[in-house]
Amino acid sequence: MIEVGGLVALYVFMLAAVAGYEVITRVPVILHTPLMSGSNFIHGIVVVGAMVALGVAETPMEQAVGFIAVLLGAANAVGGYVVTERMLDMFKSSKKEDG
Amino acid sequence: MSVLVQLSYFVASILFIFGLKAMSSPVTARKGVMWAGVGMVLATVATFGHPSVGMENLTLILIALAIGGAFAWYTAVKVQMTEMPQMVAVYNGLGGGSAGAIAAVSLMQGARSDEGSVAAAMGSDVALLALLGAVIGSVAFSGSMVAWAKLDERLKRSTLVEKHQQWNIALAVITLILAFWVFHTGSGLPILLFFVAALALGIFITVPIGGADMPVVISLFNALTGLAVGFKGYVLGNLALIIAGTVVGAAGLLLTFLMAKAMNRSLVNILFSGFGAAPPSAESEAEGEMKEVGAADGAYMMGYSDRVIIVPGYGLAVAQAQHKLWEMVELLQKHDVDVKFAIHPVAGRMPGHMNVLLAEAGVPYDMIFDMDEINEEFEDTDVVLVIGANDVVNPAAREDEGSPIYGMPILNVDYADQVLVVKRGRGAGFSGVENKLFFRDNTRMVFGDAQKVVSEMVQTVKGM
Repeated sequence: MIEVGGLVALYVFMLAAVAGYEVITRVPVILHTPLMSGSNFIHGIVVVGAMVALGVAETPMEQAVGFIAVLLGAANAVGGYVVTERMLDMFKSSKKEDG
Repeated sequence: MSVLVQLSYFVASILFIFGLKAMSSPVTARKGVMWAGVGMVLATVATFGHPSVGMENLTLILIALAIGGAFAWYTAVKVQMTEMPQMVAVYNGLGGGSAGAIAAVSLMQGARSDEGSVAAAMGSDVALLALLGAVIGSVAFSGSMVAWAKLDERLKRSTLVEKHQQWNIALAVITLILAFWVFHTGSGLPILLFFVAALALGIFITVPIGGADMPVVISLFNALTGLAVGFKGYVLGNLALIIAGTVVGAAGLLLTFLMAKAMNRSLVNILFSGFGAAPPSAESEAEGEMKEVGAADGAYMMGYSDRVIIVPGYGLAVAQAQHKLWEMVELLQKHDVDVKFAIHPVAGRMPGHMNVLLAEAGVPYDMIFDMDEINEEFEDTDVVLVIGANDVVNPAAREDEGSPIYGMPILNVDYADQVLVVKRGRGAGFSGVENKLFFRDNTRMVFGDAQKVVSEMVQTVKGM
């Protein structure tokens, strides 16, 4: 496993924050809701963490809570994707070429 | 194998960032969400090769994935476009809940380890971020559920107890104390109490917030869930979680500030004062009377003018009239009327929500203009048609310092020669503020359900 402790993680946090900020600054208002939904989908990556957490769970209580974590995470990812996709499906230009 | 897993996470992180980037332009947005989707599938599949994902719990993981995924897919496919904002709130809340549950597992493992305390077992830095992520995730979970209930109009009350503000502060302090206890504990009880307090805190914070402010709050919770996911990434030593979570956290916070700015409200103001609870000031009593016309007369006004701007609001979407409206616009265009749509940043229930609803009806996005782009044009416009919008066209925001919405940027529809307002009844808007526009000399009111009114207008324009 790659070590991501301490200072390295701090750098990653900082760079990721800058990336997130940059991505949003030039977004038109018409895309705010789809973008919120899209970013909502992306933090569905939490399901991966939940799988690992459930993977290492040992007591029944840990398993139960881990199970809930995976369930909720999967719902976040799938629901987020479908809703975003449905919204973006509707954007059409009056010029037909990019159908 | 582990290298392959890490490599998949790396590729997934790239896909997330570029996907989000592509989502910020209408032309590439669909590709963007697809890239992010590929990243998500890749990361999820790769995780089955993760050394921590042992055989014992594999069945449990698969069952949880199947149930969670199926439930979300079913609800997401069925939900109406008008109800999109509350569904975003729900899925976001679930993500927050997931982050909270992950923290619970990590903390429980730390508590029952031989080291004697959570802090000793996990390391102080990891334990601290686990607790921070747990609070944020739990608050985002319970808060988002309240936001959903409010937007879905299942929950109307704005107080749970008397002296709400003091309760909020007390709960925050209790949560903090319990977190401190968990940090030093070796048993499960404080962890349970800590989560109960954090969940209650989310509910208590969100209930007093008015429905009109809810989109900003949902956006904030979205950002918070991102941050919680990022912290979980640190706890689990997972870079994909750190990167994706932090990117969403930063992007979401910025989006939240943009939204709050569009409504001319500070975030502090939204979170710590009840907008809906503010009583309308005495001087905001409007003078004059409303002048009512029929739908057909309204249609003639538009049909015989050169320039028309349509201002749609949530009432249009609720009446499902956007398709009929687009039909009318196409007919007007045949009569050589120049028609544009003007969208206030918070039209609908969320910024951009109205654009989605119009797009659903087939309105091309190059006919739709933001407030800043179009506000100068109202002076040269013959007729403005306001459908189901209220607070966002209320001149009191510009003129009446005593008004609760004073200072909010509005669409200057009252500068046009004629204003037509389609409205269901005579009541006040979502914020509970009386609208002076309706009493102006150049304003004509058409009362009735938006769907019916627009249908009648379509018939009239057809006959012209």
